[in-house]
Amino acid sequence: MASVSESLPPPSSTTGPIAWVRERLFSSPLNAVLTILAVWLLVMIIPALIEWGLVQAHFTAATSAECRGHPGACWAFIGEKYRFILFGLYPYDEQWRPLLAVLVLIGLIVATCMPLFWKPRLIVIWAVGLVVVGVLMWGGVFGLTYVEDTNWGGLPLTLILATFGIAVAFPLGLLLALGRRSRMPAIKTLCIIYIELIRGVPLISLLFMSSVMLPLFLPEGFSIDKLLRAQIAIILFSAAYIAEVVRGGLQAIPKGQYEGADSLGLSYAQKMGFVILPQALKIVIPPMVSLFISAFKDTSLVVIIGIYDLMQSTKASLNDPAWRGFSIEAYIFIAAIYFVFCFSMSKYSRNLEERLATGHKR
Amino acid sequence: MAHDSLNGQAPARRLSWNDPDVRSVVYQIVALGLVGLVAWFLISNTLHNLSSRNIASGFGFLDREAGFAIGEGPIDFAPHNTYARAVLVGLLNTLRVAVIGIVLATLLGTIVGIARLSKNWLIAKLSLFYVETIRNVPLLLQLFFWYAVITETMPGPRQALHPLPGVFISNRGVKLPVPADHFAFDLAGVAFLIGLVLSVLVSNWAKRRQDATGQSFPVWSTCIALILGLPIFGWLIGGAPLEFDIPKLRGFNFTGGVTLTPEFAALLFGLVVYTGAFIAEVVRSGIEAVSHGQTEAAAALGLRRGQILRLVVLPQALRVIIPPMTSQYLNLTKNSSLAVAIGYPDIVSVANTAINQTGQAIEGILIIMAVYLTFSLSISLFMNWYNKHIALVER
Repeated sequence: MASVSESLPPPSSTTGPIAWVRERLFSSPLNAVLTILAVWLLVMIIPALIEWGLVQAHFTAATSAECRGHPGACWAFIGEKYRFILFGLYPYDEQWRPLLAVLVLIGLIVATCMPLFWKPRLIVIWAVGLVVVGVLMWGGVFGLTYVEDTNWGGLPLTLILATFGIAVAFPLGLLLALGRRSRMPAIKTLCIIYIELIRGVPLISLLFMSSVMLPLFLPEGFSIDKLLRAQIAIILFSAAYIAEVVRGGLQAIPKGQYEGADSLGLSYAQKMGFVILPQALKIVIPPMVSLFISAFKDTSLVVIIGIYDLMQSTKASLNDPAWRGFSIEAYIFIAAIYFVFCFSMSKYSRNLEERLATGHKR
Repeated sequence: MAHDSLNGQAPARRLSWNDPDVRSVVYQIVALGLVGLVAWFLISNTLHNLSSRNIASGFGFLDREAGFAIGEGPIDFAPHNTYARAVLVGLLNTLRVAVIGIVLATLLGTIVGIARLSKNWLIAKLSLFYVETIRNVPLLLQLFFWYAVITETMPGPRQALHPLPGVFISNRGVKLPVPADHFAFDLAGVAFLIGLVLSVLVSNWAKRRQDATGQSFPVWSTCIALILGLPIFGWLIGGAPLEFDIPKLRGFNFTGGVTLTPEFAALLFGLVVYTGAFIAEVVRSGIEAVSHGQTEAAAALGLRRGQILRLVVLPQALRVIIPPMTSQYLNLTKNSSLAVAIGYPDIVSVANTAINQTGQAIEGILIIMAVYLTFSLSISLFMNWYNKHIALVER
């Protein structure tokens, strides 16, 4: 029945789950020991976590007293406080506005991630988006009540600090990178000093500077509010890092491209705008995304100068005397929020890297 | 000026906008002028504001009595000491957490980075999970989390966790046993340093001899013998004491041993876990950057596995690893400034207290920046030199 040329199935010891286990978990004595150790560790940790987070946990509780004295997690705390954690001191009845603003900001980020929008019109989309966010958050027009930015808080503030920070820092960083590669010694030195100075100090020191020193720098009677000062510190900080990433891209462009553009008689602006930057920026998209992720994480540092971002509103919600002592639950909740944002961006960056890496892979 | 051109009469140099040199000089003068103008504006405003607020500038306050206590530090500090000493304590605290953190994060990161490439599915997935979770959550949040774990969920000293003999974990921090104050342990420490220096000398000598004569020398075993053997020898000479200063519960707290305060423990743990995840990725990408052909070629030449790793893979991987690794070390040092959020008295926290007490904001921030710039610029200069040293030269 079977023809002669029909091949036999592979030996059962090389396929199927048993072979997989032998190959991937017990291929050598060392691997066997490691596998057993790892399994033991998981057996120690995971059931205890499930017990704490699900089995013994309280998901609803009218008062904190119901949670106290129980070994499990108290997720009821999150149920009670999530509006405050997400939107901070924003007037309770108006909180649909920051929610909408968050959606607009996320939409902007998603649009920026799609190659479809990598055209000059992206700048227009951003400008419109940021205006919409501003109108939603401040209000005062179209019948929306005015909300002062000292009352902003939570997730929208975190997103605004990060997106607005990067959006303004990007052109600044681009100029700094070009300046650092420039042949004019004075401009080159100024850019190097700025970049190395900023990259040499922690963001906290810049935030301190913006909160205590900036008022001294300005003429008397002229003041900038605290949020904008923190935003300026974040912009100045990110610009230096963006400059270094862009410089990496500029360095990677072969000399022939510069010389080719010169020999065509292009001016400096034409050479950069039409030949060098389009290639250089394409190379640096993945590191730019990771820069954006770290800028997003770094916005949490504004806690230290008392701005109501996601982290600070969480810390403030923990100060409610009626609901004291559930910080672990609260921190896990916002860690999940940060994680969702950062992880999806880093996944995106990895996909992009694979799509852009053309022809170098075996 | 232009007499060296071919026909002896070069066109006279005219001031023209079409001359790139002229343009560049103009641009530079404008740029410098603008920066100078902004600087003058800021400085004159600052001077005016300072005088109208009656704030005396200058570092004179450093000699005054600080009047606040510092929780911990490698050198003693009391409220009647000066601000200068307080800043020194803060600086030493920063250095302490940074140095210990760098060593531990390198160990953790290297192990996890290699584990990411392991053929063992479970190990590879576990390390991937660790790296992805830790890298995508802000460090500050992690510090708050670990601090809350230590101070809120750990039991009091009387019910302290006791995972290893002599180690106690409670909401007052971590207690560790230390070797008792004995001459032999000092001797062992000195012998360890001597062992390190001798190992470096021996490996240099062995390399030179092998380059010259082709004879190899068992460098690794010699170095391990020197680094481990000399301290044990010193300890034996000192009388081989076995006394350890072990923490004991007395009343409501522990005595003896060495204490890691909750702040220090949370900061160190958070920094090591966070930076370790980044170092793991650096190590992984470094090893992956060495193409498989290199390993195969080395194997074809008949090198053993250890030799392939040491002589072929590592030197090439290190070229990729060292620059980002150095910047991770820098990040760890800069991130240690987050200590201020959980109350560990590092340089930022001490300077911040000083600013609040004296109002000397500019001086305080200048001190913070000067400290971090000194750390960063020295490492950055080294990195740029190294980068030039190993970069591929194009034309």
